[in-house]
Amino acid sequence: MRFRKRQRLVLLLLALILLGGATALVLAALSENIAFFVTPSELAAGKVEPGKRFRIGGLVAEGSVEHLPDGSVRFAITDTRNRVTVVYRGILPDLFREGQGVVALGALAADGTFRASEVLAKHDERYMPPEVAEALKKAGYWQEKGGKAGP
Amino acid sequence: MIEYGHFALALALATALVQGVVPLWGAARRDRAAMALAPQAAVAQFLLLTFAFATLIHAHLTDDFSVRNVFENSHSTKPLIYKFAGVWGNHEGSLVLWVWILALFGAGVAVFARELPATFTARVLAIQGLIGVGFLSFMLFTSNAFERLDPPAADGRGLNPILQDPGLAMHPPMLYLGYVGFSTAYSFAMAALIEGRVDPSWARWLRPWVLAAWIALTLGIALGSWWAYYELGWGGWWFWDPVENASFMPWLAGTALLHSAIVLEKRNTLKNWTILLAILTFALSLLGTFLVRSGVLTSVHAFASDPARGIYILALLTVAVGGSLLLYAWRAPQMQSGPVFAPISREGALVFNNLLLAVACGTVFLGTLYPLGLEALGGPKISVGPPYFDRTFVPLMIPLLIAVPIGAMLAWKRGDLPGVLARLKLALAAAAATLALTLALGGARALLAGFGFALAIWIVVGSLVEYAERIAFLRVPLIRSWQRLRGLPRAATAMTLAHVGLGLMVLGMTASSAGRVERILVMRPGETVALAGYEVRFDGVRKVRGPNYVAERADFTVTREERPVTVIHSERRFFPVEQRATTEAGIATNLLRDLYFVLGERSGDGWTVRLYYNPLVVWIWGGAVVMALGGLVSLTDRRLRVGVPRPAARGVALEGAD
Repeated sequence: MRFRKRQRLVLLLLALILLGGATALVLAALSENIAFFVTPSELAAGKVEPGKRFRIGGLVAEGSVEHLPDGSVRFAITDTRNRVTVVYRGILPDLFREGQGVVALGALAADGTFRASEVLAKHDERYMPPEVAEALKKAGYWQEKGGKAGP
Repeated sequence: MIEYGHFALALALATALVQGVVPLWGAARRDRAAMALAPQAAVAQFLLLTFAFATLIHAHLTDDFSVRNVFENSHSTKPLIYKFAGVWGNHEGSLVLWVWILALFGAGVAVFARELPATFTARVLAIQGLIGVGFLSFMLFTSNAFERLDPPAADGRGLNPILQDPGLAMHPPMLYLGYVGFSTAYSFAMAALIEGRVDPSWARWLRPWVLAAWIALTLGIALGSWWAYYELGWGGWWFWDPVENASFMPWLAGTALLHSAIVLEKRNTLKNWTILLAILTFALSLLGTFLVRSGVLTSVHAFASDPARGIYILALLTVAVGGSLLLYAWRAPQMQSGPVFAPISREGALVFNNLLLAVACGTVFLGTLYPLGLEALGGPKISVGPPYFDRTFVPLMIPLLIAVPIGAMLAWKRGDLPGVLARLKLALAAAAATLALTLALGGARALLAGFGFALAIWIVVGSLVEYAERIAFLRVPLIRSWQRLRGLPRAATAMTLAHVGLGLMVLGMTASSAGRVERILVMRPGETVALAGYEVRFDGVRKVRGPNYVAERADFTVTREERPVTVIHSERRFFPVEQRATTEAGIATNLLRDLYFVLGERSGDGWTVRLYYNPLVVWIWGGAVVMALGGLVSLTDRRLRVGVPRPAARGVALEGAD
């Protein structure tokens, strides 16, 4: 019986060590790697410090997409109140288009532009990314019915 | 035609209801006739669902646009293979596939489990029937694929082009075979809890079903990863997307279950834990179904969003998981605990494996559901990206991977760790040499990669050393080794294969993460750039026409030191019916590397292109295939085959319970 107790104790200790270690890992990773979602207006209100990674969403402003000579793209994301200039080096998603809702992940550079490491556009054109809908709602520019932003 | 299918579906629900209720009652009352109904109902339900599924496939293949499901997801110009695969490329159709596979496993248990005690079979099939009731009613009431469209449409809306790929024909069925296959583990566990008895023969009956599901899930996830790799054009093979995690969590739990069932079978211990794992594995499968099917996630995989569906699946999940856990809490304490073992032993190693897999599964669970929970509680919208998983999941996997060859060599009951390490000195030397070589070639920056490679070599060589010892390779004449090899239990070969596959996967993951070369640039026709020792010439872009799309196709000529290597075509396709564009990466694969080129947008007089060199990436999926092969070999082990007469002394345990 003593032997069984010792076996249980060893198992319990091992499980506790593992759980403790995993909790520490999870907490450390969560505190550093959570990306909050920010709308262009919140950004304009100065809610984010440079260098911190976050996600920003809105519509790609009409006429703002520019291809730079080094292969990167510059465009503006807008929630119709405020706009943010985004620079992205990479291949844009297939559904990326002016006037479409997109979500970009990245951080602010010193010059105030948003350096994106990832740009997502949803695969369904009838569909609006929920974060973008949220951003447009906050800016008072969302029509519940049509599911799409006005003209 | 489709009405017959609809009717068959409703009949299947009635059959499932009978299958779920009567045998349970029969088993409690020891009523032989009521219990005998279970296998018949299971087979009948399977036949009915097969017929229903066939009518739906028929409607898709014959472009019957009076059926709403066909109208919404198909188009007359779609190639035949996608008309077929498109049956499950949508929410309603994929559920038909789901319940069909559930019924397939039910019928499988009914046919192959004839040798099991009658009460046990009846209870297993009854639970299986109850799961069927849940999903069939979900389909009939919220997601019916058999509805008509009035008036009929002239043509359909088409299928999302990103799904128009051979991957769709294979990935969902494989994944579902795995997901749903774990329902048998759940039913076995529930039946055992009701009977109040778990013993080694239970584990032996369970094992083939868990193995079959695990093999399918392994292949399904690997196929999905491969599909995402070549179809999405991002050059990556795993994104820690919630939908990927939804399939990965049952895999982690299922892998743990596979290992703990061995302990139960061989040593008659870890009973409660194995039962709990069997329940949790299927609970995670259900959770995956909920995450994907309810539309709570917004990822590339989300097809549909409808709150009624979400609430129904959530209720189903609550009943299935909550009910089983209640039963577990009530019955599990009555199970006798098995013989003791020392911490350093085969049992100890398998417990270590289980703890790590379970905790790792927990971190994935947290990272997947935390953002959802936070949002549901009115918190801020956040996303937990790959860096979270890299910092939590990966560190937990390292001790597990180190333990793989050691655990496989430890003796049952009480192991000799120094002795095992001495026997593994060849593997240790190979791993150390790999680390030194990586550092010599890559410098200090390659330290992490070096550890990854060393770990891969440690697992592969360590597993092979263990196998070589078993057959006394080079210690006795080769002909004697051959005889020993023939005499080995299949399970030993299976374990070695699965572990070697794991090592190959680690190799592929490390190499493709650390050694990837990526170039993004604007190229003009005729321009040549260097990429990881290759010269890549961009020959320009031309228009081509596919069956239901038009494309811009870029041609790249790849040479190495002026010798031709290959020609790669990358496309941007436009689908007029769906009004959508997709990117088709051009990929040249061999066993050592992938060249992966993506064509981007036009930019001035050139094009944005993204060029990747991915070393050894094919081994990620190759390793998964080797792992699954190990599972297959284990499945053919004679000792596990249900129906093979069991040694009388061990086999009477459950019958004796009556």
